[in-house]
Amino acid sequence: MVKVVSGAGIWLAILLLAVIAIAGAQDSGFAIHMTIVAIAALIGLVVSVNKADYAAIAKGILRTPDETRYDDDPIRWGVIATVFWGMAGFLAGLFIALQLAYPLLNLEPFFNFGRLRPLHTSAVIFAFGGNALIATSFYVVQRTCRARLAFPQLARFVFWGYQLFIVLAATGYLLGISQSKEYAEPEWYVDWWLTIVWVAYLVVFVGTILKRKEPHIYVANWFYLSFIITVAMLHLVNNVDIPVSLLGSKSYPFFGGVQGALVQWWYGHNAVGFFLTAGFLAMMYYFVPKQAERPIYSYRLSIIHFWALIFLYIWAGPHHLHYTALPDWAQTLGMVFSIMLWMPSWGGMINGLMTLNGAWDKVRTDPIIRMMVMSVAFYGMSTFEGPMMSIKSVNSLSHYTDWTIGHVHSGALGWNGLITFSAIYFLVPRLWKRERLYSIRMVNWHFWLATLGIVFYAASMWVAGITQGLMWREYGADGYLVNSFADTVAALHWEYVARAFGGALYLAGAVLLVINVWRTILGHLRQEAPMHNATFNEAADRPAAPVPAE
Amino acid sequence: MVSLTQHHKKLERNITLLGVFAFLAVTVGGIVEIAPLFWIDNTIEKVDGMRPYTPLEQAGRDIYVREGCYVCHSQMIRPFRDEVERYGHYSLAAESMYDHPFQWGSKRTGPDLARVGGRYSDEWHVQHLKDPRAVVPESVMPPYAFLADRDLEIGDPAAQLVALKNVGVPYSKADIERAKADLLAQADPNADAGDLATRYPKAQIRDFDGNPQRLTEMDALVAYLQMLGTLVDVNSAAAQEDLAKEKGR
Repeated sequence: MVKVVSGAGIWLAILLLAVIAIAGAQDSGFAIHMTIVAIAALIGLVVSVNKADYAAIAKGILRTPDETRYDDDPIRWGVIATVFWGMAGFLAGLFIALQLAYPLLNLEPFFNFGRLRPLHTSAVIFAFGGNALIATSFYVVQRTCRARLAFPQLARFVFWGYQLFIVLAATGYLLGISQSKEYAEPEWYVDWWLTIVWVAYLVVFVGTILKRKEPHIYVANWFYLSFIITVAMLHLVNNVDIPVSLLGSKSYPFFGGVQGALVQWWYGHNAVGFFLTAGFLAMMYYFVPKQAERPIYSYRLSIIHFWALIFLYIWAGPHHLHYTALPDWAQTLGMVFSIMLWMPSWGGMINGLMTLNGAWDKVRTDPIIRMMVMSVAFYGMSTFEGPMMSIKSVNSLSHYTDWTIGHVHSGALGWNGLITFSAIYFLVPRLWKRERLYSIRMVNWHFWLATLGIVFYAASMWVAGITQGLMWREYGADGYLVNSFADTVAALHWEYVARAFGGALYLAGAVLLVINVWRTILGHLRQEAPMHNATFNEAADRPAAPVPAE
Repeated sequence: MVSLTQHHKKLERNITLLGVFAFLAVTVGGIVEIAPLFWIDNTIEKVDGMRPYTPLEQAGRDIYVREGCYVCHSQMIRPFRDEVERYGHYSLAAESMYDHPFQWGSKRTGPDLARVGGRYSDEWHVQHLKDPRAVVPESVMPPYAFLADRDLEIGDPAAQLVALKNVGVPYSKADIERAKADLLAQADPNADAGDLATRYPKAQIRDFDGNPQRLTEMDALVAYLQMLGTLVDVNSAAAQEDLAKEKGR
């Protein structure tokens, strides 16, 4: 009873604060955001006061199996949230891709490209990727430590608090609440909220490791830990802001100009390095060996490449600022470390791929393994392309063009997307105690749609980027620039159409994921021929026919 | 190699050690690369002409930031022949020293804007922002006609300048006291601008959106665009000489 009252008290206090903030809001965006916070607090209040057993109701809706040895509820919610936000992010991506091909699709002011593009990037990186990371880390840390989550209530706070962060960030972009720093667009109060949620996440994760019954901390957890710690550091330093008013959405970042640029790209590149690489390598280190039923290829390699990767990645930020007003020494340092980064990146790829030693036949028979292998292959390709593009002379052509966009997507769609999909396919039947996925053949279709989509995407963006880069610097025999800027925009129309087509294929694959996850949760099994059978030819199954004498 | 795995066992059995070592590993790069930018002198070479934004320009910049213009427009001209011919003298670090946040950008779906100020007329900008394809048929830019219909929310310009002063932009006491008057006067050629042009050299005082009756968001954004790259006379002989003397760039 005391617990209920104190819980309700906290919600009531938040509700009151939010209402006061609405009343005193300096701008309409802030008022809308505080309304969202008030609604969240109201829901929390009702749930904590009301006697109804919401946990049981949720279990009913989500068809949760009765008995679980590990604390899996937040993971089930996380899997569903990953799929949901993934669809939202892919859809936003397809829409803005079409806007670039057909600018009439810009619906001012809320659905203009400038507001939707951060919505797309945040939805796929932080909503889709972030939920996948939180859910899988809670799954993996329990299994590899043989212990239940350390602070179950805090883990639930992490899940719901993170969803609130996503809703505030996403609605903010549409309302025009943005700091316009790439991948760090949310305003100061959303940053503060994320900091609270993130510290809670660290506490749950480390607390569970402290409870472990295994002497060793498994390699996947090293990567999750470094991801959580580093993202906290990056987020805190890059988001030092001075709000104009404590009751308004606007703030000014502490770092500006050239220092602001490097702090931002130190953050931005390591959002890639730690959010999208270290965290997802942790997923690879657990789910690939599990699905392949083979141990990790090399323990030593995992030690070397882990420390080399986290040490080197942090230095690579300046390659986003080649030939800018950033001092030359910093640019060169960034380039050198980016090239060195190739090696530990491929260390991870080798460790992932070679884990299939002795199980390579599964690439043919198991579409989930096929997806994992393709994912790690894309990781290898984009971590080769990245260092190449960080070479200053290559960058002088590629920077500011769609080549960068293509590079990002071969990593994001190929590596992050496919490893997440395969982890979801691994998790759903186990979390809901189903015999198998609804349909294995649909996984196969998903694999091919996604792969073909990425090929269209990356190829069209290479062509677009190199075309534009070369057109910008093209000189005629008369010594004048050949192309106006508008010419170089017009030249990219069909590349943009082809890119949108690739995105549509990828989205179509994700629709199959939604159906497959949904039907698996409902407990349905699709009647289908198995993916692989050894061939049997009835006609040939008899003694050799006698050959008549001539 | 055996000793490596033996030593590493200590780390992978102790979450505190593992966490501390991982944290140390990820701090080094940032300290070595970023910290010196705050004290090495030639990071930002001093140039004549740089001043903080006027309250109206800053309001325009806030709209530029709000709309996410940076996702398609850079404000950073690189020192290449084609870029210098297309956009003007390459960008100097000092030219963005009062930019919080910096808006160098990373993608040019549209052209660089670092020196767009004064290149087109106000009428062109208004027309182009309202309907980009009316003036550039090949453009894929979204329309921003709503800016001309929306009154500029003035709020408390002094509070904004104070916040900017707190992050290091050198606004004077007079700048802060007169922030609101400055903002209104810059867009109204009939008003008494006082010493606005003295405190903010090269400030352009006029109606920007073609509708003197109203102070709209279009006024502010066009005022910002029209001052971009106009403060530093990079092509003057003195500037060229200073640049030639630079060391270590």
